[in-house]
Amino acid sequence: MRQGAINLKDVSLVFGSGSHAVVALEKLSLHVEPGEFLAILGPSGCGKSSLISTIAGFQPPHAGTLLVDGSAVSRPGSDRGVVFQQPTLFPWKSVRQNVDFGLRLRKVPRQERSAILDEILHKVGLSEFVSHYPTQLSGGMQQRVGLARVLVNRPRVMLMDEPFGSLDAQIRLQMQELLLEVWNEFRMTILFVTHDIDEAIFLGSRVAMLTRRPGRLKTIIDVDLPRPRKLDVLVSPEFMRLKRNCMALLREETVGSPQAQVFNNDLYNDSNQAANNTG
Amino acid sequence: MTPRGDLLPHATAIPSVVLASQSDAAVKANTSFLSRVFTASTSRRGLTFLRRLIVRILALVVFVALWQVASTHKAHFVVNFTFVPAPTAVAGAALDFVESPKAPQHVVSSVRRVLIGFLLAAAVAIPLGLAIGRSRLVADIVMTPLEVLRPIPGVAWIPLAILMFPTSEQSMIFICLIGALFPILLSTIHGVENLDRRLVYAAQTLGARNWHIFTEVILPGALPSIVTGLTIGMGISWFLVVTAEMISGRFGVGYFTWEAYTLQNYADIVVGMLVIGTLGMSSSLLVKFLGNRFMPWHRHLVHAR
Repeated sequence: MRQGAINLKDVSLVFGSGSHAVVALEKLSLHVEPGEFLAILGPSGCGKSSLISTIAGFQPPHAGTLLVDGSAVSRPGSDRGVVFQQPTLFPWKSVRQNVDFGLRLRKVPRQERSAILDEILHKVGLSEFVSHYPTQLSGGMQQRVGLARVLVNRPRVMLMDEPFGSLDAQIRLQMQELLLEVWNEFRMTILFVTHDIDEAIFLGSRVAMLTRRPGRLKTIIDVDLPRPRKLDVLVSPEFMRLKRNCMALLREETVGSPQAQVFNNDLYNDSNQAANNTG
Repeated sequence: MTPRGDLLPHATAIPSVVLASQSDAAVKANTSFLSRVFTASTSRRGLTFLRRLIVRILALVVFVALWQVASTHKAHFVVNFTFVPAPTAVAGAALDFVESPKAPQHVVSSVRRVLIGFLLAAAVAIPLGLAIGRSRLVADIVMTPLEVLRPIPGVAWIPLAILMFPTSEQSMIFICLIGALFPILLSTIHGVENLDRRLVYAAQTLGARNWHIFTEVILPGALPSIVTGLTIGMGISWFLVVTAEMISGRFGVGYFTWEAYTLQNYADIVVGMLVIGTLGMSSSLLVKFLGNRFMPWHRHLVHAR
């Protein structure tokens, strides 16, 4: 039986208290099938990252139920791997030691560990860099280590919070293809948060669109593009249709929001300073 | 006029050469693009270093020559050189000191006091600092009395230390301990508190619980800061042992220096100063060297810059 089903029912998440309270998620309900690749798209500040940290177990929900394979999430655990926005590798560990971390914690025998490490590091293309330290690697390579570090734990769920957001366009495409290969092989459930429409459609089997804050589920779009997906899918008519659809939905959420208004005024005022303030 | 002040910059340059040569060997074994970049930068760095070394040695020679001229002519211009021994006289006295049977006794007693005091300070300050950095309760209990004691200079402890301990040996060790304690403690706390929280989160999602988070994340994460504290603490221990020996010692380089003053062996004063400087500098270098041995990643960090 495949595992990794995620069930959220009326999940609310509030940061701070009193007049400073910010409602990040409000009555969010979502069902993710085992082994599904769900992309999560939404305007910035809509609580996408909060959703990830709730499922990871960092932020308990204030209301509602959150179940992974039927049991409530109470704390972080290796069954739900997280690939962060920043690679957050351990600077004092070499590439190999970083990836080995999870295996050592699970007390996997040394020989077995060695075989797993060789295989995973080869898969993510780091075989030649095993003894490098993270500071010696480029951003893309660091994120490969971040991915490999999670993969050795064979998680049922992999939570990804804009992991390729800080990479340049070429590397980002490479990483997306790598991720699809990995998912095709491991078939864990993936929740992939992004603000990039192309990325969401290219990767996801479904795209969950969140509303602006407080975040709720706006709609879910099925992506029926055939797999395995290669880069040329990005220019197919079906991709374009989905993209147009997503853009329209996303615009509904950004137009009318306070941020969007400042931004629109800005276009007329031609003032860069105000634009910076919106970020 | 201790050599420590102007020798320290040279001293800090030395480990980088040692490390550069180590990484050269590593680079030759590896032919990736990254390592070729490193080779290019190390050889260029080697040239600049050679040029800077020559300038530094020349500066030292000029300094000693000026000192020789000033003391042989008994210069009296703001600073009075009448009683300042010339470098040649100091060199002679230094040779006598090295050959004298009391020299090892002086050096060993000072080193022993510093080492015991410093190690005790580290043994107290590092665990305490880690506990304070991790637990608010421990911080609340321990930090208030420590904050009261912290601004008191180590030298001010000398009279009380003499009263508190049965032997002057113990009181001098205690003084060294007090001096090294606070820099190590504060650096350790700083190291724990400034650790990137996201690394702890990452460890949790990889399956780590409290103990592993402590040993695999908190401890190595705070280590660079702890080593900085140890280096500073070592310097202060030397500063204080010399002062304490001048007041209550029977042996030790501080005692030797003060005895030379009371016996009017002026050349020996400078010999004592040079010995103190050399010992202080070497022990700080040793701490740094050992620290770098425990932090191979830090070595690469220095290289990346």
